[in-house]
Amino acid sequence: MPDLSTRYLGLKLKNPLVASAGPFTRELDNVRRLEDVGASAIVFHSLFEEQINLEANELDRQLSPNEGFAEAQSYLPELAAYNIGPEGYVEHLYKAKRSVGIPVIGSLNGVSAGGWIRYAKLIEEAGADALELNIYYLPVSLSVDSAQVEKMQADLVAEVKNSVRIPVAVKLGPYFSAIPNVMKRLDQAGADGLVLFNRFYQPDFDLENLEVVPNLSLSDSRELLMRLHWVAILYGNVKADLAVTGGVHTAADVIKSMMAGARVAMMTSAPLRYGIGHFASVRSKLVEWMLDHEYQSIAEMQGSMSLRSVPDPEAFERANYMRVLSGYTLKSATR
Amino acid sequence: MSRPKVTIDGNEAAAFVAHKINEVIAIYPITPSSPMGEWSDQWSSEGQPNIWGTIPSVMEMQSEAGAAGALHGALQAGSLATTFTSAQGLLLMIPNMYKIAGELTPTVIHVAARAIATHALSIFGDHQDVMAVRQTGFGLIASNSVQEVMDFALISQAASLEARIPFVHFFDGFRTSHEVAKVEQLTADDLKAMIDDGLVRAHRQRGMTPDRPVLRGTAQNPDVYFQSREAVEAYYRACPTIVQNVMDKFAKLTGRQYHLFDYCGAPDAKHVLIVMGSGAEAVQEAVEYLNAHGENVGLLKVHLYRPFAVEQFIQALPTSVERVAVLDRTKEPGSIGEPLYLDVVTALGESQRNVQVTGGRYGLSSKEFTPAMVKAVYDELKKASPKNHFTIGIKDDVTHTSLDFDPEYSTEDPGTVRALFYGLGADGTVGANKNSIKIIGEETEHFAQGYFVYDSKKSGSVTVSHLRFGPKPIHSSYLISRANFVACHQFVFLDRLDMLDAAEPGATFLLNSPYGPDTVWNHLPRSVQQQMIRKKLRFYVVDAYEIAKQTGMGSRINTVMQTCFFAISGVLPRQEAIDHIKASIKKTYGKRGEAVVQKNFAAVDHTLAHLHEVEVPAEVSSEFDVRPAVPKQAPEFVQDVIAPMISGKGDLLPVSAMPVDGTFPTATAQWEKRNIALEIPVWDEKLCIQCGKCVLVCPHAVIRAKIYDSDKLAGSPETFKTAPARWREFKELKYTLQVAPEDCTGCGLCIEACPVKDKTEVKRRAINMHDQLSLRETEARNWDFFLNLPELDRTLLNTGQVKDVQILQPLFEFSGACTGCGETPYVKLVTQLFGDRAVIANATGCSSIYGGNLPTTPYTVNGEGRGPTWNNSLFEDNAEFGLGLRLSVDKQTEYARELVRKLAPEIGDELAAAIFNADQSKEKGILEQRERVAALKKKLEAMSSPDARALLTVADMLVKKSVWIFGGDGWAYDIGYGGLDHVLASGRNVNILVLDTEVYSNTGGQMSKATPKGAVAKFAAGGKSTAKKDLAMLATTYGNVYVARVAMGAGDMHTLKAFVEAEAHDGPSLIIAYSHCIAHGYDMVHGLEQQKNAVTSGHWVLFRYNPELAKSGKNPFVLDSKAPTLPLEKYIYNETRYSMLRHSKPEAAQRLLEEAQAEVHERWKLYEARAAQNGAAEPKPAAEPQPAKETPHA
Repeated sequence: MPDLSTRYLGLKLKNPLVASAGPFTRELDNVRRLEDVGASAIVFHSLFEEQINLEANELDRQLSPNEGFAEAQSYLPELAAYNIGPEGYVEHLYKAKRSVGIPVIGSLNGVSAGGWIRYAKLIEEAGADALELNIYYLPVSLSVDSAQVEKMQADLVAEVKNSVRIPVAVKLGPYFSAIPNVMKRLDQAGADGLVLFNRFYQPDFDLENLEVVPNLSLSDSRELLMRLHWVAILYGNVKADLAVTGGVHTAADVIKSMMAGARVAMMTSAPLRYGIGHFASVRSKLVEWMLDHEYQSIAEMQGSMSLRSVPDPEAFERANYMRVLSGYTLKSATR
Repeated sequence: MSRPKVTIDGNEAAAFVAHKINEVIAIYPITPSSPMGEWSDQWSSEGQPNIWGTIPSVMEMQSEAGAAGALHGALQAGSLATTFTSAQGLLLMIPNMYKIAGELTPTVIHVAARAIATHALSIFGDHQDVMAVRQTGFGLIASNSVQEVMDFALISQAASLEARIPFVHFFDGFRTSHEVAKVEQLTADDLKAMIDDGLVRAHRQRGMTPDRPVLRGTAQNPDVYFQSREAVEAYYRACPTIVQNVMDKFAKLTGRQYHLFDYCGAPDAKHVLIVMGSGAEAVQEAVEYLNAHGENVGLLKVHLYRPFAVEQFIQALPTSVERVAVLDRTKEPGSIGEPLYLDVVTALGESQRNVQVTGGRYGLSSKEFTPAMVKAVYDELKKASPKNHFTIGIKDDVTHTSLDFDPEYSTEDPGTVRALFYGLGADGTVGANKNSIKIIGEETEHFAQGYFVYDSKKSGSVTVSHLRFGPKPIHSSYLISRANFVACHQFVFLDRLDMLDAAEPGATFLLNSPYGPDTVWNHLPRSVQQQMIRKKLRFYVVDAYEIAKQTGMGSRINTVMQTCFFAISGVLPRQEAIDHIKASIKKTYGKRGEAVVQKNFAAVDHTLAHLHEVEVPAEVSSEFDVRPAVPKQAPEFVQDVIAPMISGKGDLLPVSAMPVDGTFPTATAQWEKRNIALEIPVWDEKLCIQCGKCVLVCPHAVIRAKIYDSDKLAGSPETFKTAPARWREFKELKYTLQVAPEDCTGCGLCIEACPVKDKTEVKRRAINMHDQLSLRETEARNWDFFLNLPELDRTLLNTGQVKDVQILQPLFEFSGACTGCGETPYVKLVTQLFGDRAVIANATGCSSIYGGNLPTTPYTVNGEGRGPTWNNSLFEDNAEFGLGLRLSVDKQTEYARELVRKLAPEIGDELAAAIFNADQSKEKGILEQRERVAALKKKLEAMSSPDARALLTVADMLVKKSVWIFGGDGWAYDIGYGGLDHVLASGRNVNILVLDTEVYSNTGGQMSKATPKGAVAKFAAGGKSTAKKDLAMLATTYGNVYVARVAMGAGDMHTLKAFVEAEAHDGPSLIIAYSHCIAHGYDMVHGLEQQKNAVTSGHWVLFRYNPELAKSGKNPFVLDSKAPTLPLEKYIYNETRYSMLRHSKPEAAQRLLEEAQAEVHERWKLYEARAAQNGAAEPKPAAEPQPAKETPHA
């Protein structure tokens, strides 16, 4: 039996299969089941500060009606409590943590500096083993340049790091003009892990009703390639642990992730598509592959095909289309 | 013992005690007592126990009659039980009150005393209701202030337990029930000390149980009934002493000594007023002032009115008294005098006291009762022959009962701060002021009082908050007319309300202004400038909307204005005040989330920097002034009577101005230009496809369409828009879609309904919202021009098409309904289709309020002067009332036909036959019949026989009338259900429209049997645990009733079809219309979308049950919905009424959701199965002989 263990964010994990932030963790039963089917850690679904604020403001609006008519100064009773805010999430996280033996990683998406820190502390207090900052920021303003965005994110990581003791990973999207530099700055800001990459909602158009409709399709293995690419480039260049998320569906995807240099490979779409039991299936196929290929441990393969470990690093450095157009020429040229 | 000081209103004070000393509470909503039930339900749902440690069981009933029945039962089974009510509610309890008293059962009914519906409904306070139960055997105890409400709630219960006489504990509706005041709260120990457990056990012991079986409620005969009735007498004789003993015990405990009759004033007074209720407070203030200024007068406050204790009364009245004036807050037409007056006359007569008594009426329907009026009564007593049977507070120029008074006379204490705040219902002013009063009451040594005057309209409502606080106790149970602080929270009020009239010289005026300190002056109307200069007002401005916008507060300026008030008034040191405001924000909003707290904090922090004192210039500079209430061309009655009401000067109207029988003209809402919309829809004639959907959904009939000949465009205003009509048959004509800019409420439903999107910019529709102010004048001119365009001949239109219905003139317009109301589009539709021949019975509720609340009436007339005739009888009897209208119409029609038959030779056989056999099933037939009837009437006018004269009075009934019965779900599902059922069973041709908001909307959102499972409502704070009653399905079981369940937002054609079919059905019809409502807790602009969701989720299944189909052998049940496709949660969690439970009690919400979802499936199966059934009967053979047409010849 090969050694599947890995270390991520200072946590010793029994294997590299981690459940990424997704809808499973909303149910306590699913949390337990994730452990049963072999997930080595669970990233909780995100606490969205913006959503909390929206819900709070909407509730406030609806409970503050027109009070100008003599017979009705309100239309709904005031209830004792509404659990608006992070309390529900925190309590759920607390319960989840107590119901499983594997590490539970909180996930947070904030909108205000105060919010990030306040909620990060709450997640820590709830017993999370680590925290993943789900930075989902869409710079729609024409006056904000990339340097400002990058600085803001690095500052945020530093602030959160200063306010909690648990390890902090950063999950973010791929839309930067200089990914390695961005990652390096997050690394320097103290990030213990870099999770590559977030998948964003991509609004679609409803042509019949001429409406913009939210859309999030499940990932597939094709999306893995971009992650492999950047993990391979970053491996060895940052202190932070690397994690692959998005496009991990099969044991092969996990193996590739490890070889690129990731400490863990995270899944949500695949178990959503095939059922939670998919973790067990991937894990057994991973073992099978390692046995077949005589790998003793995951550690052995981690980073083995990173930029610094492959004979043709240009393969990572050149633009994809060049490979496609003249792959064989390039291959010959590098020999 | 130290007791907490709390700042609460009278309803909360009564409920606080009642909930602590009862076990069973039967409730039913009625203004102004509803909050007592709401508090009780909320406290029980939060698990708050009574003084014996058990949580009172609270049960909402279907009516007050039901509540009284449940109360009677609960008491008979040995529990401590209570209920709360007002007005008509108390009247409905009368039969049970006799029973409860007859059985000597201790209980207290807490009553927020209110006017009775006579010529008109009034929700406001007087003693007509309690005076109507003085004969039931219940004791009557009056509280005059909020503190007394708390005290007497306990005293009456303690006394009742001992005396075994049940009590009505009453206090004045609104004036006391809704006045917020600082009071000392009784503790659980106080309650335990006052409620004798031995007496509770004795009550329990008398309770019915098979372990100690007894029998009550026998039927008695002439031999013993009389004696039995007299057997209770000893209890009534003992009662006053028991009450006084309880009062004495209470005094020992709390230091507050009450008597059955409390005298105050000069011990040797010659002239005394006798009064009970909140008016006594104003009298006390006047007495203290008068005596301090050399007078020698007194006041006798009546606390125990029944049983009337003659001995104690005589003892309480100083021997020096020579004249008394007895003030009754009620009217008994035809009596020698009002009840308290008669009691006093009798008591003095029986005691042989030589005192001259006069009696007068005051304060009906919360009419102001001020020290100035009190002084007038004392002054009258000084006259050689004081007027008896007088009125005070009005000008009676008909029977000349009224006493004159000097409105300038004031007894206000200069040391009391008197502040007036003018706000909008939607801007949070009232809430902020309640909050301020709480802060002042609880954080300072000051006494504090808050009273709030609301609007008769549900949209754009103006509120006026009256706040007093100061070092001396406040007895001023009247509005502030001399304010030393006036705040105008809405700049637009300046040119329609004379708010500085009440400002005293040197007062402070705070204005929320979009104009800064340097520019604001020139934007003030001339008369406002004049008053500011003349009264030397200190003037402050703040741009509250800008601060609210910056801090995420939206249109809620409450926190900003509250901060300004504290900063300027100096009632507390500035920082201390801010700390208290913030603490109060945390307390009020904390549970709604940190974001809400933070934005309010930000609003506080941003305010002071934007608050500026403005130096008032010495000269008036404005050329514009306050607008007249109605335009000059309004009819005389509108000018003379309606306009003063609109301007808030209705109190000045004399008796002679009033219709004697409550009859008011319709078509008056058009004169009240409220200008409440910030944005109004603007038509894009190039994009518009002229579908009419916007016109259909407009709740206020402010968006209308006409098609007309292009030659009618001569003289049109420059900006008047027009487009070629997109009708095959009218393609030569022009079409205009016009908005009434000054009547629109800006709800945006029309935009949501518009199916068109601009291909180059999809956010643009064929109508789009634009700033109202810049369009007001031009669009008002366009509107006037539009109104003068001719109406199209109705007979050319297909009333089965939404597109055509837009052209029909609505005869219901500009009502005071909420912005985005979901009910009024249905009401308007009825008037478009059938309004010129509609007779409407309207149950009390939202639809009767927006339909008939003065000053103006939205039902209107067409060019021929025809339109709906409308009446609101009661809440509980509306179906029966409507049936009565039908019976009356039918009888007169029948009589008219009999007379036509009889007079045929004289009026001409041909005309008579044509009238007799007229087919009035279509518009054309009705129009032709009208012409025939007009010809008939012309002939009749020339005839002199009694029959001809009689026919003239009923001839109009020969034109088909459409009788409609409107009401909400509270009426149809609950209080009026018995009557509704009977009317459905009657087989008569009435059309019943149930505007189903799934909650008692008008009284503030209490649960009805239409409330769905899982929805939170008042009286269902834990979420309703039972399913909504399927009223539509129940009605189908009659077989001969046309039934439709409709939702305009989900199927406008379906709705239209149902209304046309219902009216065509010659028998009872029931339409249940989904009506989105602000009580559902979401932005009403999404109302139509939510209606769709209600249908696609299967919550609201559309169907029609048409008995006509059965006649031709078809299945009468037509399912018009498709199988549910939307999970129920996707529908319900768009609404706060559901989502708040998910936040508050997620497990309970989930369980209720799952049950409700399962019920959706079950119901759908049932409906599907019903729709799949074969027809009820085989088709009748076509050759069946038809009955011959009737002939007018006998």
